[in-house]
Amino acid sequence: MTRILATAATEFRIALRNRWVAIAVAMMVLFSLVLSAAGSAPTGALGADRLSVSVASLTSLGVYLVPLVALLMSFDAIAGKVERGTLPLLLTYPVNRAEVLLGKLVAHLGVLSLAIVAGYGSAAVAAFAVDPEAARGLPALWRLVWSSVLLGAAFLCLGYALSARARRPSGAAGLAIGLWLGMIVLYDLGLLAGVVADDGGWFTTDLFPWLLVANPADAFRLFNLAASEATAAAAGIGGMAGAIPPLYALASILLWPALAMGLAVLAFRKVTP
Amino acid sequence: MERRMTQSLTLSRLSKSYDGTPALRDVALEVAPGERVALLGHNGAGKSTMMKIILGLIPFDSGTVEVLGARPGSARAREGVAYLPENVAFHPSLTGLEQIRHYLRLRGLPVGGAMDLLGRVGLAEAAGRRIGTYSKGMRQRIGLAQALIGRPRLLILDEPTSGLDPVSRRDFYALLDGLAAEGAAILLSSHALTEVEARTDRLVILSRGRVVTQGTLPELRRAADLPVMLHVTPREGAGDRLAQALPQGRMNGTALHLDVAQRDKLPVLAQITTLGDAVADLEITPSSLEDIYSHYSRRDGQ
Repeated sequence: MTRILATAATEFRIALRNRWVAIAVAMMVLFSLVLSAAGSAPTGALGADRLSVSVASLTSLGVYLVPLVALLMSFDAIAGKVERGTLPLLLTYPVNRAEVLLGKLVAHLGVLSLAIVAGYGSAAVAAFAVDPEAARGLPALWRLVWSSVLLGAAFLCLGYALSARARRPSGAAGLAIGLWLGMIVLYDLGLLAGVVADDGGWFTTDLFPWLLVANPADAFRLFNLAASEATAAAAGIGGMAGAIPPLYALASILLWPALAMGLAVLAFRKVTP
Repeated sequence: MERRMTQSLTLSRLSKSYDGTPALRDVALEVAPGERVALLGHNGAGKSTMMKIILGLIPFDSGTVEVLGARPGSARAREGVAYLPENVAFHPSLTGLEQIRHYLRLRGLPVGGAMDLLGRVGLAEAAGRRIGTYSKGMRQRIGLAQALIGRPRLLILDEPTSGLDPVSRRDFYALLDGLAAEGAAILLSSHALTEVEARTDRLVILSRGRVVTQGTLPELRRAADLPVMLHVTPREGAGDRLAQALPQGRMNGTALHLDVAQRDKLPVLAQITTLGDAVADLEITPSSLEDIYSHYSRRDGQ
């Protein structure tokens, strides 16, 4: 435990020095504020409070931004150590590889949580400023915060796995971008294409919901939108939210970080310093 | 068995190849507590491979390796072993002090010892600066400081003095002497033959993955049977007499040079002493470690 905390403290210091803390926080705050300003129009028509509407918009933002920031922070984790040549010495210390990864996860997740709280928090402040009823949206906001942190943990660990697999930072960066495009953008497009081609058949009714739940980003979106009062404010895939019990989506976002960490440890064990 | 238990490090019949290319062949080596052993060899002779196997960083094909009575890379071995890699590197964003404190924590030791460690390697003043701003020699000294953490019982040092100036090298070997006196076993590799010659107890010459010879410098010298160089300076006007008496020598301006085989050394010296007042001075130069090293490396076909 002390070794995990020691690694976490050092990694957090490095993240602070490399401006990752500043970059992550600035990105989340900026996008959250822009989104909450842009999303102010439909409020009256839906009858929902301002914060709930903001949460619906922030869900769509988080689905893209949280995995992106997580992968940007994590792709260098192992490959960078290999390239700098710091790995052999570290591995002669009485610390095992899982402890190294857990230490990094604690630090990076700390940075990401800070950015999430700052970003969503600033959107919440904006909502409260214009709508005294905004307090009704607080449970939804809280749910969004912790599920975003879990989503971030999943993608941080996936980033570590890629980093260990690639062994070079440039290769790891490419894989990270590929993973983000694949899991966040192309996956949904592929599913939509499938639904359109299938025209209401077996794929749409039986397989499609499970494919949605299997992807942590979609599970995150489903979980937050299903529980939100403002479901109707979200378009597209979110419309499927009603078809799947939120519990399944929750299980998916809880399981993914553990699964991805397992993958990362396996990939890291294969790295010969 | 009794003997093996007392060794800090035991390698026997160790072999390792990379994709069919042998890197180590049938290597046997023992290092006792308090012993300083130098590993010599060309680039690619297998020194770093051997060290990485001892540290448990890479697997080996056959043979046995026992590190402090345990399996290499096991928790027990790692607790007692310190390593200084060749071209040691650290995260450039951390200061020297932060880096050493981190390593102390990983070994479960109080971080209060960090300044003392940095002081021992002469980095106390630069402790608060980022490692990214350090010179190569300073990075090497950070590497050395981390290798001193927690009284290691076996030190594996890969080219530890590369990048160090002569004064730092002397300080470094003084530190090693202290560690060895406390019972630490030390295995170090080096290209700087003249310095290991004086500062280690035993030399191991590795060539193409094989231990071609090992022993103390006098032992290796005897075994190599390299000629001894004699420089005989004649008295004024006695040069010709000297050259006639020692026809195997060659006159070189002021002195006569002789390359004498080990077994002829004493007879030739006896002969020189009979020349009496024809000799003004006599200097004997034994074969250097460089000579011995190239003798063994060449013999192996390099």
